Amino acid sequence: MATVSITTTADGDSTTTTRRTGHSAWRALRRNRWGMAALSFLGLVVIAALLAPMLAPHDPQTQDLLGRLAPPFWDADGSAAHLLGTDHLGRDVLSRLIYGSRVSLLVGVCAALLAGVLGATVGLVAGYYGGWADRILMRLADVQLAFPSILLALAVVAFLGNGLWIVIIVLGITGWVAYARVVRSEVLSLKTREFVTEARAIGVGDRTIITRHLLRNVTAPIATIGTLQVASVIVAESALSFLGLGVPASVPTWGSMLADGQLYLGTSWWIAVFPGLALMLTSLSINITGDAIRDATDPKAYRG
Amino acid sequence: MTDRRRAVLRSAGSKTLSALIVLYLAATVAFLLVRISGDPLAMLLPPDATQEQSDEMAATLGLDQPLIVQYLDYLGGLVRLDLGDSIFYGEPVSSVIADRLPATALLAVTAMAIALLIAVPAGIFSAMHRGKAGDKGIITVILIGQSTPAFWVGILLVLIFAVQLQVLPAAGYGSVQNLVLPAVTLAVYSVAVIARLLRSSLIDVLSSDYMRTATAKGYGPTRAVLSHGLRNASLPVITVVGLETGSLLGGAILTEQVFGWPGLGRLTVEAISNRDLPLVQGTILLFAAIFVVINLVVDLSYSALDPRVRLEK
Repeated sequence: MATVSITTTADGDSTTTTRRTGHSAWRALRRNRWGMAALSFLGLVVIAALLAPMLAPHDPQTQDLLGRLAPPFWDADGSAAHLLGTDHLGRDVLSRLIYGSRVSLLVGVCAALLAGVLGATVGLVAGYYGGWADRILMRLADVQLAFPSILLALAVVAFLGNGLWIVIIVLGITGWVAYARVVRSEVLSLKTREFVTEARAIGVGDRTIITRHLLRNVTAPIATIGTLQVASVIVAESALSFLGLGVPASVPTWGSMLADGQLYLGTSWWIAVFPGLALMLTSLSINITGDAIRDATDPKAYRG
Repeated sequence: MTDRRRAVLRSAGSKTLSALIVLYLAATVAFLLVRISGDPLAMLLPPDATQEQSDEMAATLGLDQPLIVQYLDYLGGLVRLDLGDSIFYGEPVSSVIADRLPATALLAVTAMAIALLIAVPAGIFSAMHRGKAGDKGIITVILIGQSTPAFWVGILLVLIFAVQLQVLPAAGYGSVQNLVLPAVTLAVYSVAVIARLLRSSLIDVLSSDYMRTATAKGYGPTRAVLSHGLRNASLPVITVVGLETGSLLGGAILTEQVFGWPGLGRLTVEAISNRDLPLVQGTILLFAAIFVVINLVVDLSYSALDPRVRLEK
């Protein structure tokens, strides 16, 4: 197991550490059948999201009331025109599935990035300065944790309206705690190390120490949490859409497809099952990737 | 011994105090969340409401008062456990919540019991057979369980057991049959989290000196794990289970929605779509309070389970 311990890396090596981290995560994924399957599936989802207008056989919103609830193509009543069938309004399930990946990926990646920036900043400041700043920020983290994040998101979205960017911001803000806690504890141990104490001794400013020396050494845990968080944000977004409080109904999402499909489970299972599978496989693939990044970068976490 | 008892009491006191501070801040957040989210009157009144109707509504809700007065009123009410009146139900928020609490409690407790019944043996088995086929299978199932959102699990279970096999009802409340699918749905995520943690925690413990001593004394592997390992491995698991209360409650909101379960989760979603501000505030606060209390209990029970923690601050 070619692991890189970030805690034994001096400042001068930090760029190589980052590169090696990515490299060994890649190797860990490649050695693993599940890892490769996960990456391939994610690749498919990304392609679907990027090329949705070209790949989708139909417009995702076009209704065809005469062709409602058509089953998938392999069913005797199905047809090649609608490979995965149609929903209760006659809309093409496959096309909605493809367009739905756009919302999931956009919200997942943007919200996880926002949470990462917020959380890493809080963690760096709290860990480096300590004292009151630390106590206040960590108490805030306790308060944030006390609310189920889905509940906060629900309340804010319900009151502020349900735009795509509101959903991204809300899910981003509710996700900062995990980053903050991990970055803070890494910084607490890093700041007593020689490269930091020496930098301070020769008069390097706090801001430079934080951005140049500390930040670079906490990229590995941030990458791990960030990856895993993309999955949980995607699930949270689909939960909001499922409850009818996510992005506006004019945009197809996996969550809203599941909500529609639930009403027709008795007759038309395909409306709910395909988006459900897409959601589960995407989340699973991201989690497998995140685990591989962690195993490759944090020897302590490796329990294989 | 008295010194020791005093230290235990002091640490319990400071833990309780900090839980109270978190609770107070959570109450403030719930208050602000409802106030900053736009003009509540605009959402409650029909668009053609007159100024008089609007003023009247503001007066009944106390919204004509300065924010700080509203805040102090609210805190004063909280101390008396008075959460105001629900706009939609026209009853005190506390009694609306009290009506729904038992359903959610039943669901959450059953789900937790199912989760423990499955996760504990699975975690022990996995740790004791680390790296073998059974362990790998369990890890895969754990990963799938952790990645699957509760509402999708629920829909899948309905599809299998209510639509296809027709052995259990898809929705409803009141009998044991009604409880099975929602409880299993809610349990899935907890099973994954608990089994995963117990496994890695036990693997740590298995390599410790006292476990080697137990084996040296002639304990078989199963007896050694059950009599020494489990108790030590359970500590980190209990902490995380406490911290996962939030996810459990969040999962309950979705599970209740899928199965039409008349608990707090559905009440909250209804209150949000009805713009019933006092009720939204009340349920949000209650969820936070449940989380804080459970984690305080976890913190305090730590010292009972692990003598090493007792004297630490």
